[in-house]
Amino acid sequence: MAEPKGVMVFGESVQGTLAAISGELLGCGKQLADALKEELVCILVGSQLGDAPKNAIAAGADKVYTVEDAMLADYQTDSYLMVMEKAIKDISPRILLMGQTSIGRDLAPRLAFRLGVGLAMDTVELSIDPQSRLLQETRPVYGGNARAIFVSEAFPQIATVRSKAMSPLAPDASKQGEVIPLKVELDPSKIRTKVLQTVKEELAGIKLEDAQTIICGGRGIGGPEGFKQLEELAKVLKGAVGASRPPCDNGWVPDTTQIGLTGKIVAPELYIAVGVSGSSQHLAGCSGSKNVVAINKDAEANIFKEARFGVVGDWKQVLPAFAEKVKELLAG
Amino acid sequence: MPVNMIVCCKQVIDPEAPPASFKIDPASNQVIPPPGVPPVISPFDEQAVEAALRIKDSQGGKITVLSLGNNLLRDVVKKPLSMGADELILLEDPAFEGGDSWSTAYALTMAIKKIGQFDLIFCGRQAADWDAGQIGSGIAELLGIPSVTVAKKVEVADGKAKVERVLADGYQVIEVTMPALITVSNELGEARYATLKGIMAAAKKQPVIWKPADIGVEPGQIGAAGRKNKLLKLFQPVKEGKCELIEADSPAEAGVKLAQRLREAKLF
Repeated sequence: MAEPKGVMVFGESVQGTLAAISGELLGCGKQLADALKEELVCILVGSQLGDAPKNAIAAGADKVYTVEDAMLADYQTDSYLMVMEKAIKDISPRILLMGQTSIGRDLAPRLAFRLGVGLAMDTVELSIDPQSRLLQETRPVYGGNARAIFVSEAFPQIATVRSKAMSPLAPDASKQGEVIPLKVELDPSKIRTKVLQTVKEELAGIKLEDAQTIICGGRGIGGPEGFKQLEELAKVLKGAVGASRPPCDNGWVPDTTQIGLTGKIVAPELYIAVGVSGSSQHLAGCSGSKNVVAINKDAEANIFKEARFGVVGDWKQVLPAFAEKVKELLAG
Repeated sequence: MPVNMIVCCKQVIDPEAPPASFKIDPASNQVIPPPGVPPVISPFDEQAVEAALRIKDSQGGKITVLSLGNNLLRDVVKKPLSMGADELILLEDPAFEGGDSWSTAYALTMAIKKIGQFDLIFCGRQAADWDAGQIGSGIAELLGIPSVTVAKKVEVADGKAKVERVLADGYQVIEVTMPALITVSNELGEARYATLKGIMAAAKKQPVIWKPADIGVEPGQIGAAGRKNKLLKLFQPVKEGKCELIEADSPAEAGVKLAQRLREAKLF
């Protein structure tokens, strides 16, 4: 293997465009590459990458490697692992960044163990130590109660990055960069899984990850009926409804509404938490919100520590009056 | 067809302990266990036991539970037995302490090789303490078997496992050859309670204890000595905690005032 050099981002494409998380990785990767005075490259794997390579260059990549094959249409651990093992051996980057996504959280640990190197998952801060030139990786631990800084000394240093933790660069469509197709021989007999079906459970209305306003219900909502009130308020505010874990575990709302460490990570302008206690694992999913508003009858609830505005009171009495006034103010 | 299963379970500080009781010893970079709050099996691992029990319920089989650590509390690590698991093996030795995903996955892999026969291995998607989320995939890679992560449903038929894998916007049904490793997510549903009969049966069972030499590992490969990820610092982020509480004579009035305040702040 050549001497490890440069920063590589494992990019993901969605319907022929670069995924938002990959833009964030390139934004962060650019800072790391600049600190090392080395190159930033992106690798894209799939069956129809479309504009994604171009998007990756506009988002900061100096070079884009592509691996396109019909067998790579669906993410499968074994096939993507074969591709990445080969790419890492050929390109030999110092650092590999992946998104903490369905793909990244599955692929990164298997790849790290195959290569025999360390890995930090779900990182929120990355920096280069000027003395050692090694990547220092900060990640929340203990369900968000604490943070830990790790370093590993074998190359590539691998980290997955939490969505919305890093900022993308402003896309520069005039930026030039090379797109290099990589050939990887895929042995179908070594792919031990088969995707039988992909089921979309998308919720109606604005996607949680894209919403600028989120109304989040917690255990205090008490049942599925209460969530109807949150839906109405969300409509008025043109936002989306999310939930902490208990309403999902109790079947009041679909699992795909869950916000938290093991659910969705959101960072809206306005996050209204109703009947949410504010466990660390929930806050891990919403602490990037610009303005948290808490309505909870327990004045000691942890959510008030995260909130900019709060009302201590029973949401069943607070919320209808709040919703009415919001409507009135929007109409006026 | 009876299914031979192994479940990896970790004893952790109770993640449901009040956040105010969470303390770190900065000198040792370790969490100080909250006084009076006993440890638990990591919740995702309990759900991994549940996934295995559902398969045992439907078609029979055997469940061996594997836990690693030092000074493991018998009442805690025996819980999977009281839920219905058949055997408990403890990798228990001071040398296993202070490990990272690498050294822990390595020791578990060597123990699984010693167990020998299995169709499925289950792990929680991540442990409630370090949230690393690497052990399951790591064991699968070291054993050279396929893995499916973040499962919400697992069934076995015709020598293969059918797994529903949770995605951000739904799920995927994946068929995988056995032997395989599967990590379990909370969407699987709550783990069952121990029955009285189960607790009595568990009380009679003695765990099997394996030391590093029993699984053929050198002390330098396990625990703190076998780490690849060096911990530089463990700290609690400082929260500003400046919440403006809306004061009013009634909850409804507070709701009205909150709307006005958010409007002034141009938040809608």
